Amino acid sequence: MAGRVIVITSGKGGVGKTTTTANLGMALAQLGRRVVMIDADIGLRNLDVVLGLENRIVYDLVNVAEGTCRLRQALIRDKRCETLYLLPAAQTRDKEAVSPEQMRKITEELAQEFDYVLVDSPAGIERGFRNAIAGAKEALVVTTPEVSAVRDADRIIGLLEAEELREPRLILNRLRPDMVRRGDMMTMDDVLEILAIKPIGIIPDDESIIVSTNKGEPVVLDPHSRAGQAYREIARRLEGEDLPISPPQMADGFMGRLRRLIGLQSR
Amino acid sequence: MSVLQLLQRLWSRENEKPSKDQAKERLRLVLVHDRVGVAPDRLLPMLKDDLIAVISKYMEIDEAGLDVTFSQEDSQMALVASIPVRGVRRHF
Repeated sequence: MAGRVIVITSGKGGVGKTTTTANLGMALAQLGRRVVMIDADIGLRNLDVVLGLENRIVYDLVNVAEGTCRLRQALIRDKRCETLYLLPAAQTRDKEAVSPEQMRKITEELAQEFDYVLVDSPAGIERGFRNAIAGAKEALVVTTPEVSAVRDADRIIGLLEAEELREPRLILNRLRPDMVRRGDMMTMDDVLEILAIKPIGIIPDDESIIVSTNKGEPVVLDPHSRAGQAYREIARRLEGEDLPISPPQMADGFMGRLRRLIGLQSR
Repeated sequence: MSVLQLLQRLWSRENEKPSKDQAKERLRLVLVHDRVGVAPDRLLPMLKDDLIAVISKYMEIDEAGLDVTFSQEDSQMALVASIPVRGVRRHF
């Protein structure tokens, strides 16, 4: 059976597409799935550094599309998880170097071998986005609880629908429970009132993302990270588990830890 | 939280909606225009013209007094139209 080809997209830049791709890829691989991630952001490649695999690149997506190397040769195996692979973007070319037709062929071929093909889309709605969605059968839309990101997400949802990518799912990234409590940040429910989409998970704003990216280690590898936990849950939902989506709680202060210690509050 | 901050917050609560509600209201409105693909200053005039054309088939209306606006009600956006009717056309 062919694997699932899922594009991770957002419209707006900087909302966490690459971080999401890296972490879902790692989380799915840790569940024992064979996963390949494609960095479709030609000219601005980043998935490699987020994963800490930047020193291993020999060939890239453009080489594969142009036939300079075989698909197999361009795949980089992750150093921590042997069922996780990366097909990096070219850094010195532009989006026009690959066509949607070539992307369709590449994703199709990868889907024969892998359970998941995750395509990290570039920002924008032009050629790079067209390439990223070309071979995809499913889509995850990443947004943050800000007007600009939600507006762009709405545009992307419309474009996905026009491309027959039905039922995209929404990841709400960088939610801050303290701001939600003050009424200064939209919640998942607020965003869902506005966008015509079903949710798949909420990622709390978490410093550990920056720390882990500094080190080139996806945060799902950190068992204590709240964001990592949220990504692991999304991976399980992708796998079909029916986990409720609960909004992140305030980071524990001293009292919170104490309450949990004496069993007054569950995790 | 200091007493001053608390007072400031209570004060601003009375005067202003939480900023997330402002975000939602602005988003709802901007998305109407984005989705329809018509510039904000063009949508209502176009809608007005079409409304006048449709309603004029049945009744005589005061075109100058016609007022169409968007309004935010709870969690829904509403299109509110006030259309003064001068008379109903006889059809026989």
